[in-house]
Amino acid sequence: MPDAVVAGNASVHRVEVGVKAGTCDAAGENVKSRAMEDLGIALDDVRVIDVYTILAQLSAEELERVRVELFTDSIVQESSASGALAEDFHYLIEVGYRPGVTDNVGRSSAEGIADVLGRPLSEGEAVFKSAQYLLRGAVDAETCKEIAEGLLSNNLIQQSAVVSEAEFSASDGSPLLELPVVTERSDATVRQVDLTVSDDALEALSRDGMLALDLGEMQAIRDYYASGEVREKRAALGLPENPMDIEIEILAQTWSEHCKHKIFAARILYTDEQGNTRLIDGLFKNYVKATTDRVAERVDWLVSVFDDNAGIVRFDDDWNFALKAETHNSPSALDPYGGAITGIVGVNRDILGAGMGCRCIFNTDVFCFAPPDFDGEVPERLFHPRRVLRGVHQGVMDGGNQSGIPDVNGAFVFHDRFLGKPLVFCGTGGLIPAKVNGKPSEVKAAEPGHLIVMVGGRIGKDGIHGATFSSEELNEGSPATAVQIGDPITQKKVADFLMEARDARLFDCVTDNGAGGLSSSVGEMARDSGGCRVDLEKCPVKYAGLAPWEIFLSEAQERMTLAVSTGQIGELLALADRHAVEATVVGEFTDSGRLECFYEGKRIAALEMEFLHEGVPTMELKAKLDPPSTTTESQPPVLSGADLTDDLKAVLGSYNVCSKETFVQMYDHEVLGQSVLKQFQGVNEDGPGDAAVIRPVPDSDRGIAIACGICPKYSDLDAYSMMAAAIDEAVRNLVCVGAKMGTIAGLDNFCWPDPVESKKTPDGAHKLAQLVRCCEALHEVCVAYDIPLISGKDSMKNDYKMGGTKISIPPTVLFTAAAVLEDVNKSVSMDVKAPGDVVYVLGDTADELGGSEYLALRGQLGSTAPTVDAPSARDRYERLSAAIDQGLVVSCHDCSDGGLGAALAESAFAGGFGMDLDLTSLGVEDAVVALFSESQSRLVVTIQPEKVAKFEGAMGGIAVYRLGIVTESPVFKAACPRDCRIESPIGELKEAWQAPLRW
Amino acid sequence: MTVHALVLTGFGINCDAETELAFRRAGADAHRVHLNDLIARPETLNAMDILAIPGGFSFGDDVASGRIFANRLRFQLGDVLLKFVRSGKLAIGICNGFQVMVKMGLLPLFNGAFEQEVTLTHNDHNRFENRWVHLEADEDSSCVWTKGLGRLELPVRNGEGKFVPRDAETLARLQGNGQVALRYADGGGRRPYNPNGSVDDIAGICDPSGRVFGLMPHPEAFLVRTNHPRWTREDVGDDALGLRLFVNAVEYIRDAAREPVAR
Repeated sequence: MPDAVVAGNASVHRVEVGVKAGTCDAAGENVKSRAMEDLGIALDDVRVIDVYTILAQLSAEELERVRVELFTDSIVQESSASGALAEDFHYLIEVGYRPGVTDNVGRSSAEGIADVLGRPLSEGEAVFKSAQYLLRGAVDAETCKEIAEGLLSNNLIQQSAVVSEAEFSASDGSPLLELPVVTERSDATVRQVDLTVSDDALEALSRDGMLALDLGEMQAIRDYYASGEVREKRAALGLPENPMDIEIEILAQTWSEHCKHKIFAARILYTDEQGNTRLIDGLFKNYVKATTDRVAERVDWLVSVFDDNAGIVRFDDDWNFALKAETHNSPSALDPYGGAITGIVGVNRDILGAGMGCRCIFNTDVFCFAPPDFDGEVPERLFHPRRVLRGVHQGVMDGGNQSGIPDVNGAFVFHDRFLGKPLVFCGTGGLIPAKVNGKPSEVKAAEPGHLIVMVGGRIGKDGIHGATFSSEELNEGSPATAVQIGDPITQKKVADFLMEARDARLFDCVTDNGAGGLSSSVGEMARDSGGCRVDLEKCPVKYAGLAPWEIFLSEAQERMTLAVSTGQIGELLALADRHAVEATVVGEFTDSGRLECFYEGKRIAALEMEFLHEGVPTMELKAKLDPPSTTTESQPPVLSGADLTDDLKAVLGSYNVCSKETFVQMYDHEVLGQSVLKQFQGVNEDGPGDAAVIRPVPDSDRGIAIACGICPKYSDLDAYSMMAAAIDEAVRNLVCVGAKMGTIAGLDNFCWPDPVESKKTPDGAHKLAQLVRCCEALHEVCVAYDIPLISGKDSMKNDYKMGGTKISIPPTVLFTAAAVLEDVNKSVSMDVKAPGDVVYVLGDTADELGGSEYLALRGQLGSTAPTVDAPSARDRYERLSAAIDQGLVVSCHDCSDGGLGAALAESAFAGGFGMDLDLTSLGVEDAVVALFSESQSRLVVTIQPEKVAKFEGAMGGIAVYRLGIVTESPVFKAACPRDCRIESPIGELKEAWQAPLRW
Repeated sequence: MTVHALVLTGFGINCDAETELAFRRAGADAHRVHLNDLIARPETLNAMDILAIPGGFSFGDDVASGRIFANRLRFQLGDVLLKFVRSGKLAIGICNGFQVMVKMGLLPLFNGAFEQEVTLTHNDHNRFENRWVHLEADEDSSCVWTKGLGRLELPVRNGEGKFVPRDAETLARLQGNGQVALRYADGGGRRPYNPNGSVDDIAGICDPSGRVFGLMPHPEAFLVRTNHPRWTREDVGDDALGLRLFVNAVEYIRDAAREPVAR
């Protein structure tokens, strides 16, 4: 290796760390097995060398100290600061970040070096982390390149190099990768944008500038700037008639579909299947908000809905509870790990920024992917579903685990069309004292004169245009800057600081920096005060060379914005310092009526608050529901005398039903010590739980149950059924553990393919009509169940379009539901408890095989999706929760994907006992329907024999079917209609259920 | 007497609230203190009887779990900590806190000086794993914290929990000194009972005095019976709780105050 290369005043040093000979190289082993599992490439051996490239002025003695004291664990590692460690390999792959990408290990290493040296690193000094993979085996350069790109790196954010041993030993030791220092600079000038151009040119401006504004919106902006009154006011402020680039960027962000939810606000002319046409003046107003307004008349625990970063409800007299879910689909498509980790830490910030700041107490995660065994051609810029799954899971895992927030509930959903865009839903719950310093904690406002304080991470070019990017389909031009990597530890420090600042009431208002960055957070908070001014040169940046508009729009992570009075700013900044958190005054809130930005003293933006927030034209859209396509599938004959054991095993092993334990086990689900019911339950702690239950306030027996429902598989049959089933699924899960009707709050997260008819979306009117149907179901079922919608989000452009390939996801809604429980000690788990207990199913089973896992295994969709009879289901749920409250129920399990057969089998093998069942009493003629129809609103319960009479009495003659008993003998036996049958040792059923995703 | 416990926080520690609660439930007066505040005012420790370094992800486990936090403690507060543990007081490191303790050499503390003798490194399966394990306290150990504990179940939640001593001699010394306080034990479950390949199934060790203790499993995650994964199907009594470790510590301080000679 040549002597240290000098870069500026600092030198480049390199410390390499590997595992000692004879010690297990766990990371290497992992790469080896993944190469086989994911790429089918056999390797003999893989070893990993961690490389720390240090750009700093260090003496030889200092470098040695850093190597020994910081980077090397002498028990298991060896290291070198004076030459390569790599030897005895066939090929070497090195992977490091590209310039500007968040390098958490590099940042921590710099702190660690400062500790060892007893002095901080200087401006411009830094550490960059990379890794070398030493491969042995019968592979060539081409195969190694495949491993580098298909497994170890993502070209969008990382650089990689492949060399053979011969090439490596012949080289002069120069680094294989470039030093990832940001050298690209935008110039600091602010440009005027001429909007007095043709409509075609306006559209081109929007497209080329990644503004995601349509022609009508561009025209509205043009007309605003053309008005004489606006021109006069601008002249008085020293601004030109033309808008400045930063102003256009602010408008594009504020008006983006992502931030303004224009489709949910649109006027829609809706034509139903019968040809009846009516005008809907806003889906949000007429369905979502209307639901909450109606239910609010009947429940008394709503605290803050729709106004804040999250919905807030009452937990008890002293505490409130906040809930929010978000999606991070487009970034996760481009970089599954980075997209997902920013998704989870991002929604955490929504909770931190709800009310006066809530403490995050749990996360939920729901992922939608294409099946991992997909064997077709993966379209350009997309990844194979296996890689997406692994990356997204790892991102959510790292984000949650490192933040110290337990992941308590979630789902993995598989459907072919999620190849075009994976859906990554991340949810978070929070807890906040009902009052802070004697004032209601949900009330906050920025007032004129309050200082604008940015807290947390610094600003870089990362995440620019995230809001507008996610307001379009994924296409050739989707920007790499939209991809970021979250930094949970920086955010954890911010969270710790924020809670202490809140309790000392050192700020008056808080919100998070998410999509749109400061432009969005400051722009929203300034609505309270009536204006703001931001001095952009004061904003801390990661590196020089950001244009003013980039500083304001950057979505760099881990930042919160506070409004702080001048009297408290000193104390607030001192507290931040104690917590090693960066906090900077970047401007102040005003009552000027304008959002104003200055750069080095010069005014570069002045947007009237009213135009900014209210100026966006209302969209006028058409929706027309196409009749369902008539099925050409042949109806299978009703079976007689068949053994359906293998069918049950196949259904249990389908991707949507099978165990996800491998992945769930990697989430910390018990940090904070609140856990009451975990994801996996039963005698071996491996049965699939329904809702999670936590006890968030240690000295109280009250709890929170959390569940979700998501059923995109019914969308192609009927979007109304899809929505109703999702709500019902979430509610069933909650009822299973003991939640009562009237205590449940809901969140709706819509993910839709583009529903606006256009050249690229010729079927937009139908997709919009599906959205209308879905909203009708949301309203009707939630009102029937008394579920207020306390928050929600929509993501409306989940399509992939590149070249001639277009993939649109199935319309999907995640329904997250949570309920406050009075006594967690009464919670019921899903596993059967003892032989002799009596098995019942509550609710009717109908021929509703459409969209079922059973038909999907046959490549069929079917024709009839399950429907929800909400009034009768509600009665059933109320009776069941009363029975649970009286201690009559020892196990209760939701009957959903895979039907009654799957639910019964899961309950049995989770408890480690068999069942002896007779399903002929269900009143169903067809064994396939009895076992695998996914009729809604059904639950499987077991009851101790001595409590049977009391239980049946409590059910009061509603649809309850006694199916049989739990047996000591570990065999699952079911007599089915027309002499069909199932008989299998529970161990075999469990194996069928566990094997597919045991990665 | 009031027993005072200091629970460290900051830089990604994330089990501080439940660790504080554990000491309170055990009868101590517990205080959460940010590492920066302790560095600014090391004398805070004088009034304390017990120091706890809780679990979490200090500095994101970057470079190696616990390493950066360990260095900061050793460089900034090394002498203060040595004085603290030599004066008969107690210390516990849980999960990330245990990793911090072994990496700074506060455990096993063979010669009363900071020297790294063992490590906690990547689990053999190279995964973060959250699951409950069976544990058995070594009856012959001098450990104050695990005295009379017998068998118990606790969750492990880590990616770097594999215990590795420097060499066979180090292991023999730990065993001979009664410093192996806690081992993974076979509870008849379906998974390997040793969750990560730890040498000699070691889950926790103490210093030769038995007063400084570190362990990978989380006793503070089992303070009530409903924390147990099978409470809905088994009788989980109060004597099963992880809380007992904290009670042992608080009682030890109280006993020592009554019988100063024993210290």
